Amino acid sequence: MDGLIRNPLGSPSPMRKAYGEALVELGHTRKDIVVLSADVQSSDFSYMFEAAFPDRFINVGIAEPALVDVAVGLANSGKVPIANTFAFLFATRALEMVRTHLAFAGANVKLAGAYGGLSDSFDGPTHQTISDFAIFRSLPNMTVVVPADPLAVRKLLPQVAAWKGPVYFRLCRNEVPEVFTDRYEPKIGEGVTLVDGDDVTVIACGVMVARAIEAAKTLAKQDIRLRVVEMHTIKPLDTELIVRCAEETGVIVTAEEHSIIGGLGGAVAECLAERFPVPLERIGVKDTYAESGPYSELLEKYGLGVDAILAAVQRALARKQVNSSHATSEVFK
Amino acid sequence: MSPSSTESRVGAHVYPHGTRHSEAMTADLARRAYEYRAQVLRMVYGRKSGHIGGAFSCAEILTALYFHHLSIDPENPNWNDRDRLVFSKGHACAMLYTVLAHRGFFPVEELPTFRGLDSRLQGHPEPQKTPGVEVAAGPLGHGVAIAAGMALAARMDGSRRRIYAILGDGELNSGVIWEGLMTAAKFALDNLTVIVDYNGVQQTGTTRHVMPTEPIADKWAAFNWHVIEIHGHNMAQILDALDRADEIHGRPVVIIARTTKGKGVSFMENQPGWHGGIPDSAQFESALAELEEGARLWTA
Repeated sequence: MDGLIRNPLGSPSPMRKAYGEALVELGHTRKDIVVLSADVQSSDFSYMFEAAFPDRFINVGIAEPALVDVAVGLANSGKVPIANTFAFLFATRALEMVRTHLAFAGANVKLAGAYGGLSDSFDGPTHQTISDFAIFRSLPNMTVVVPADPLAVRKLLPQVAAWKGPVYFRLCRNEVPEVFTDRYEPKIGEGVTLVDGDDVTVIACGVMVARAIEAAKTLAKQDIRLRVVEMHTIKPLDTELIVRCAEETGVIVTAEEHSIIGGLGGAVAECLAERFPVPLERIGVKDTYAESGPYSELLEKYGLGVDAILAAVQRALARKQVNSSHATSEVFK
Repeated sequence: MSPSSTESRVGAHVYPHGTRHSEAMTADLARRAYEYRAQVLRMVYGRKSGHIGGAFSCAEILTALYFHHLSIDPENPNWNDRDRLVFSKGHACAMLYTVLAHRGFFPVEELPTFRGLDSRLQGHPEPQKTPGVEVAAGPLGHGVAIAAGMALAARMDGSRRRIYAILGDGELNSGVIWEGLMTAAKFALDNLTVIVDYNGVQQTGTTRHVMPTEPIADKWAAFNWHVIEIHGHNMAQILDALDRADEIHGRPVVIIARTTKGKGVSFMENQPGWHGGIPDSAQFESALAELEEGARLWTA
């Protein structure tokens, strides 16, 4: 894991610009890529692909169900369509199309969900997306991938395109710290241990990865060794890695820019409950809608800041001690 | 070179695209439409489940497409340059399965497994299970937008393959249909022909009562489609309309096929109850007799 992350973390860099550039790069290497948008290409930066490959770009207007269905027709004919609109519109308005044709019938369509989580911060809760992991994860055959920084977007997008079957690729609107070095080589379906530690494991995705790394640095000064695992693939979930972390650190914290219901935390809880029960603390939006505001302040207010991770680690440690004292009393009974 | 003239495994005769529409050919296809209705009746009666009314209304349309108009290869159902047929009104799939089987995509003997456990013939179309089925359907309204995507792909490939979609009139209630209409018109997809099986009846009543869609031809025309209206049980009109649609340049084409739900069985025709109704044994015998008579009338 050495050398996978920058120290210190890099300066903030725009995720959507990285996405637009990665799309263009992909367009050069793969002639079967077709990009579609529901008239938000200036928002999600797929306009960069439109400029480079106008003959392989389709704007269906503000019509998200048709966006997905047109992509289904393209996929049936051997294209690899990447459909673009806001994450919440895929997860809600176009969901029946996704369920019927992608998840059920296997259409090889990729969904790039822009403005994921709270990242469309000023536009408010109607535009924010905190249920998409839960919704897409529950669909058989769906793959759910969440890059954590601009480099991750560039490294994961070609894998998303090459993956056999539908993928939901969840993107962030904003500038985020550059987390990874060039040695970072993510593979869909495999979690990545970024920071070693044996006191507590935090399993994070998306913009919470940088925050988890910051938390690990703070905790190191208090002699608490926080393991940081990046789970960029919510489904299929790397359950072997989660069980190993539970065995080795005895307690888990999850951190995601999503509701605490049904997302990464929910997936980890299911895995732990069946495979290796240990205390779990979930960081996420606490079953509520957020509001308009500056992005980082919004994340802080809704419990997604570094402080929230630090507090969760302390709670986890306390529960770990209670757990181990229980175990001890069992032994000496 | 189109392989559409390949003899089907079960030997049902195919009139290759371009064959002159002789009276004998037209009568033969019209007769088969009645035989396929009888097959659908047996399947639904046997399983005590399925949708007869909407299957009967599209019998001639499907027969014309699969035994004459489409460029397809049952031996190679995934041949990329095949014509595509999007069967949007998925509940009527007993007729699609019957036609596909007789066209040689899978054995006719498999048809009675319709809607049973372990069958390839699911209650609604599932492309991964059934050879010849292009897309999933059942949830209504998907057909036009999916077909538009196929037509865009054909254009990108510089291919002359054509895209067809069969819609019910009830599913015109669905908003995504009209999203698809706008998309196809925007891109002037003249390699796309949509056929509306306009039988005037949906699950709980007439379309006029449930959700009025008339004047339907004006609506499609206003969306910049070329509109052809025909009698949807008249085989000669269907065959001619499909040819004319192929010749239209610069616009997608819709064929409004005026049909009768439950066509061919007097007590089923135009009755919403036969959208998903199951005949009892007396009704089965009576319906079968009517359909056999319908076929006999077309026998030279």
